[in-house]
Amino acid sequence: MSKQVYFEDVEVGAEVTPISKIATTQKLVMWAGASGDFNPLHYDSSFAASRGVGDPIIHGRIKAHWLVHLVENWIGEDGKIKKISCQYRRTDHPRKMNSEITCEEGETWWCKGTITKKYVQDSEHIVECDIWVENGSGEKTTPGKAVVALPSKE
Amino acid sequence: MAIPEEVVKVIGKSLGEPQVFEIERGAIRRFADAVDDFNPLHRDVEYARSSKYGEIIAPVGFFGWPVKGAGIMAALGEAIAPIMGAGYFILLDGGIEYEPFIPIRAGDVLTFYARLADVPEKITSSGKSMLLPVIEMNFLNQNGDKVLTAHWNLIMRQP
Repeated sequence: MSKQVYFEDVEVGAEVTPISKIATTQKLVMWAGASGDFNPLHYDSSFAASRGVGDPIIHGRIKAHWLVHLVENWIGEDGKIKKISCQYRRTDHPRKMNSEITCEEGETWWCKGTITKKYVQDSEHIVECDIWVENGSGEKTTPGKAVVALPSKE
Repeated sequence: MAIPEEVVKVIGKSLGEPQVFEIERGAIRRFADAVDDFNPLHRDVEYARSSKYGEIIAPVGFFGWPVKGAGIMAALGEAIAPIMGAGYFILLDGGIEYEPFIPIRAGDVLTFYARLADVPEKITSSGKSMLLPVIEMNFLNQNGDKVLTAHWNLIMRQP
């Protein structure tokens, strides 16, 4: 976890501390087991091809959780997510494995955000952010929003 | 264009039966491993016990479709059947919104309810009708307190 961030530390326009993620076909299978989403679109190449998406695609909700992780990591243990959302605008494809434990070189995704508002409401110190997942080409495939409460130094 | 009558009739309807499930430490750990989330609150029992939570907590992304979700799959089927029946055969996952209220700890027993909250229509740039079903999912804990609400946004199009 990062050092605790306080309401007084953040300004509108500043960035949320980014994190990077690598998705592999192996991680997608782990996710299928952990989440219960067994849609073959995410692990079966022939099936994915028959559905017109080419190779298997990354589950939207993996990217949603990447954004949750981005925000949880930034707000620290004394921060609280009030609301977080995202839209799956473009598909992403995981890196393939080249051994039982390693994957090919390839795309790295970045989860990023910027602060859009800060205010006090019902004695909570609220910060709103635009957040997104960026693919290896710098395109925002999964834009979203987060509303968090941060601790105050007051 | 208008929202088909058979779709209007099911807006607001409860979907599937309420499902009861226990939040397990191992399930949280496997979830965190799959997304490289190394926050010790989701995986280190000693650390979590000494934290203000007193126990491993589930990350917000743990919820919604289809975690522990036979019930969620049934709910999905009930929601989309009348919309597909109206000719909107193409189904896409549009996104999700989470609104957490109370931290969810390993050992909590949750009850899950789903309903078809809304089905707004959008007309595409090529003039075609698209329906955007919103499935609302509410999770209550063993004390009857609402711990989290999720809104799952679907996109349904005509071929």
